[in-house]
Amino acid sequence: MGKMSGAEAILECLKLEGVEIIFGLPGGVLLPLYDAIYDSDIRHILVRHEQAAAHAADGYARATGRVGVCLATSGPGATNLVTGIATAYMDSVPLVAMTGQVPTNLIGKDAFQEADITGITMPVTKHSYLVRDARDIPRVFREAFYIARTGRPGPVLIDLPRDVTVNELDFEYPEISLPGYNPNLKVHGLQIKRAAQALMEAERPVIYVGGGVKYSDGHRELLTLAEKIKAPVTTTLMGIGCFPEDHPLSLGMLGMHGTKYANYAIQEADLILAVGARFDDRVTGKVASFAPQAKIIHVDVDPAEIGKNVRVDIPVVGDAKSALSELAKAVEEKAWSPWNDKVAGWKSDHPLCYAKESETIKPQAVLETICDLCPDAVIVTEVGQNQMWAAQFFTHKDPRHFISSGGLGTMGYGFPAAIGAKLGCPEKEVFDIAGDGSFQMNIQELATAVINEVPVKVIILNNGVLGMVRQWQDLFYEKRFSGTTLHRVPDFVKVAEAYGALGLRATKPSEVEPVLKEAIDSEVVTIVDLIISPDEKVSPMVPAGASLSEILELEKAEESGRFQKSYAGSAASEILELEG
Amino acid sequence: MKHTIALIVENRPGVLVRIAGLFSRRGFNIDSLTVGATDKPDYSRMTISVEGDEVVLEQVTKQLNKLINVIRVSELAPEESVERELAIIKVAAKKEDRSEIMQIVSVFRAKIIDVSPRSIIVEVTGSEDKVEAMVRLLRQFGIKEMARTGKVSMVRGSAAVGP
Repeated sequence: MGKMSGAEAILECLKLEGVEIIFGLPGGVLLPLYDAIYDSDIRHILVRHEQAAAHAADGYARATGRVGVCLATSGPGATNLVTGIATAYMDSVPLVAMTGQVPTNLIGKDAFQEADITGITMPVTKHSYLVRDARDIPRVFREAFYIARTGRPGPVLIDLPRDVTVNELDFEYPEISLPGYNPNLKVHGLQIKRAAQALMEAERPVIYVGGGVKYSDGHRELLTLAEKIKAPVTTTLMGIGCFPEDHPLSLGMLGMHGTKYANYAIQEADLILAVGARFDDRVTGKVASFAPQAKIIHVDVDPAEIGKNVRVDIPVVGDAKSALSELAKAVEEKAWSPWNDKVAGWKSDHPLCYAKESETIKPQAVLETICDLCPDAVIVTEVGQNQMWAAQFFTHKDPRHFISSGGLGTMGYGFPAAIGAKLGCPEKEVFDIAGDGSFQMNIQELATAVINEVPVKVIILNNGVLGMVRQWQDLFYEKRFSGTTLHRVPDFVKVAEAYGALGLRATKPSEVEPVLKEAIDSEVVTIVDLIISPDEKVSPMVPAGASLSEILELEKAEESGRFQKSYAGSAASEILELEG
Repeated sequence: MKHTIALIVENRPGVLVRIAGLFSRRGFNIDSLTVGATDKPDYSRMTISVEGDEVVLEQVTKQLNKLINVIRVSELAPEESVERELAIIKVAAKKEDRSEIMQIVSVFRAKIIDVSPRSIIVEVTGSEDKVEAMVRLLRQFGIKEMARTGKVSMVRGSAAVGP
């Protein structure tokens, strides 16, 4: 392809990898690269803060299944990406983050805007590169994209010193040779046989599904398997959408704010088939009493996840989709069983609930209304109460339609991620379900959304407080609301107008539906400010450090009282244990 | 319990940091770590001695395998492998102690590699236990300085942990 500069080579690599869009913000050392971007077909979205570039690339990746790409300059630009990279790492999102770096002859000299970003991000990247020679650019980019999207996906960082982007090279896109990287995709036949036999012998099976099924595109195979053996299916926050929640076998989400019936089913199961999930502490509650009667089959593409948090009886290393497909072939049709009846009984006795008669807007009702009006929408969330209500009260049916920071729990993630998701899926309606606290963490991206005409709809469940932490203070710290009252929240309608977006507001339940309809009909970036009560809680809840069977309904006065009695005060030590 | 792990890694900048970082981040304890060249210039070999039960060993092995620059990870079971460590020890050597020190050196098939009026430097090679025993015996004369390589290990027979 002949001689070209490092910067031109970088753009050539991006083109060869099928990259259509990058999110970034320039700086001194990136001048040569940005000069090349000026002539490129690749769309560059200029963000207002680098953190948003990483989150937008992440949201784009989660919504489309493609690798997200972000770009920031050296020093502060690079360090601003770190939260976004860590968010992607915890949730196994394929991301390539490019950072500018000071010229190679200044590295290590504490030069202006120098930061050791490969060192800083080492614990939160799947792999990283500091490119010291322009001739390495094609190899590094090819490897980076391959590593980011294969096996257990994750973020890869490429640090690009200024001189490397200026120097010339003969461009050739080499074959990948990575002797130390063999993503385990093929499942082991014998392990499938053992797992299938255990599934056939089980009387009370539960399938527990995580984000791995979404990333491997295995939701159809999951449905086939579950229907064939009549196994109830529960998902983690990351697995939401992998199994249709209106299906009779669906248990919804499990764990701390999961459904009662999912948690009861786990605790009484004699077999758990875990697929692409990692037994996170928010899922298991007290590990020692998690699924006490169950044999555990664990399918995961990452061997290091198997046996990390719980003991596993039958490990299956490999891609979730192929494991599910092999399992579905290896099992025989089972009939509806007394176990299915029992689970159905729990479902009808303990549905997710809230007080429907209310003077104030109920956030749960808001999500139900959005679901009625726009059932195929992509729901992106911030973190906290808004996130849990969005998980619970929207009926999720399709994978890649629920996008949320699960592992790291990054407030401020939702809005930029929604921008990325909308750019990836322009034909879909994209909502950011937000709290007033989270939204203010990346509120500046309103400019990005408006200027680039990315009409996301931000639904602010505005309670004027940091609601989730406040809920814990309410339950465990005698209502001592330390640091959780925001005192003065800006007028979000005026904020929207200031940025050139549409701002709407509802303060009464009767106003919610009309306002949401107006937002859905709107063709521009729209903020809907919905005033809710600061005392609204996420329920049910497994107290921190308790076992899943101790899940309590905070909306019911009697159970709420039991909750206060058993856990208030005494639970502080358990919270510490969990947080520690 | 102590385990010995042999690693074949790519010989690139930053690899040692990745491995050391992994150990500290995941809370694994390194007892000793050695790095050296292999017969192929692109690869280095590390021998890591790690403390922990079987669960810890399994996690260490799996996490190391996830690093892109790590080519191979093998646990070397003590009964199936040979191990060696080298130590050089500067011992205070008064006139009256010299002959006894020489005797110990000879019993351990160690070597004296430097002599001065007040001290001598002893070189000893062997298993960790042997080196420990030698150090214990020399302590009575006064050890002024000691440098140990940490152990290297290799599986017996023709099976090989190579790149």
